[in-house]
Amino acid sequence: MPREIDPAISQRAFVLSALKDHRLRVDGRGMQEARTPELIFGDEMGWVECRFGKTRVIAQVSGTIVRPRADRPYEGLLNIHSEISPMASSVYDSGRPSEEEVVITRMLEKVLKKSDALDRESLCIVAGQQVWSIRLTLHFLSDEGNMLDCACLAGVAALKHFRRPEVEVIGEEVIIHDPSERAPMPLSMHHTPICVSLAFFEESAHPILDPTRLETQLASSILAISVTNTASPSPTLCVLQLAGGMPLSTEELTSCIGMAVARARVVGAFLERRLADDWSQRSVRVEVH
Amino acid sequence: MNRPELLSSYNYRSDGRRPTEMRSLSLLLSQHPQADGSATVTHGLTEVMVTVFGPRESKNKAGLAHDRAVLSVTLDVPVFSGVPGGRRGRSDKRNMEFTSNIKNTFEPVIQTHLHPRSQIDINIQILQADGSLLQAAVNATTLALIDAGVPMSDYVCATTCALHDSTPLLDLNSLEENDLPNLTVAVLPRSNKVTLVTLETQLAVERFEEMLKMAVEAGKLVHREMLRAVQNRSEKLMRAIESVGGGVGGRPDHRQGEERDVEMYAGNDL
Repeated sequence: MPREIDPAISQRAFVLSALKDHRLRVDGRGMQEARTPELIFGDEMGWVECRFGKTRVIAQVSGTIVRPRADRPYEGLLNIHSEISPMASSVYDSGRPSEEEVVITRMLEKVLKKSDALDRESLCIVAGQQVWSIRLTLHFLSDEGNMLDCACLAGVAALKHFRRPEVEVIGEEVIIHDPSERAPMPLSMHHTPICVSLAFFEESAHPILDPTRLETQLASSILAISVTNTASPSPTLCVLQLAGGMPLSTEELTSCIGMAVARARVVGAFLERRLADDWSQRSVRVEVH
Repeated sequence: MNRPELLSSYNYRSDGRRPTEMRSLSLLLSQHPQADGSATVTHGLTEVMVTVFGPRESKNKAGLAHDRAVLSVTLDVPVFSGVPGGRRGRSDKRNMEFTSNIKNTFEPVIQTHLHPRSQIDINIQILQADGSLLQAAVNATTLALIDAGVPMSDYVCATTCALHDSTPLLDLNSLEENDLPNLTVAVLPRSNKVTLVTLETQLAVERFEEMLKMAVEAGKLVHREMLRAVQNRSEKLMRAIESVGGGVGGRPDHRQGEERDVEMYAGNDL
């Protein structure tokens, strides 16, 4: 594996002293200011590109009909494919996944799959015979920090954007209606998780939101929080992950959660708005025979 | 499907414990004859053995750091341990996540700068699994590192906590771990700060603080037990050294030296 080159000593000193003494970040953002996310929807339903500054992730959702697992005959499947190719950054190798990569993919799996964001029982067509298998592929195009949040937003947006063909069951027969025949259906989601990452520095008492690549390299630890039900008055924590680095007191951790919830609310509202925008732009022609 | 009741109406858990009661804890040091340090930690039916080698010269020169020691963590989950999902390979994502959690937790606690250009190997062996594996592994790693004499700034004490409706439960078995939102916390008892937090499945934000506080309190309890185990072990070592007549810094002759070795590793009768 190509080893990552550590940032130069002068660069390190510059970034850290700016943070510590002036509470300034290299790209001019405030400590708790995140980059504005961008969502670009493709022509096809279920194709979404998400950008956080120069970090870019493409998510694509597709569905096929398969036989369910024998122990869960009523449940559809969700598979997440998220290999980080060397395209994102030269530190990633195409062969065996690196530790960083595993942490991102495991976190995505926990946020999107284990938290039951997608209602898997709604994907059942005929119990024990046919269910939908939803495949979410994430392509990491470029890494300028905070790929986890970007990938999570892209993944959630793609799942919410996707439409599957409507299926009708008459007796034993299963009819799959062409999208031109009947309006395809959105996937049923239990909740919409939003990931927020915070970086901590030993030199500075305040965590920063949405770290860039350089800030991630210099940070002593990264706290990843995923929040759901952001529109409701009492949001829910979905996944929280902090390993090592600077130890935190319970009060610090609680204040970080407050910060993450506030940010997730903004991102959640943004996602809903963009999805509604995109939907209103798609003209639907209805032919009556 | 008939599912076991996680918390009965009389406030007892599926294995007969009270909500905040922890499972029986046993901490054994120096169980392994070859390793520089080792510990076996048992939380109820969960049993984990950790061996530590080093700081020593690294076989993999590419991974060395010129100014500090690097950690290399391996995890073995044998099929007989009862972890669902069968045999896990080395590149299994769950294994890699687990080892990366351990590595990141201990890297800042171990005074790595005292051993430049060397490597510390931590091998984790799951002997029996019944929930809270990360908790047991963190506790065992702390004790094994202390047993190996690796300089550390503090103990790392881990506990787990779950929420059943509105009742927090401590030290989870696998039934509870699979069905409830759960939290694993590693505490540094001297500063009372947390260094590892993992939370899975959904939990209301307001409940989190309560659970975290409880887990931190439980961590202090685990710390007290750890201190006692380390103290017992040290006293035993001191007695062994004194019994060969040299006292600290004395030079025992060879025949007695052999005897001392036998005594040092017979950790079973602690």
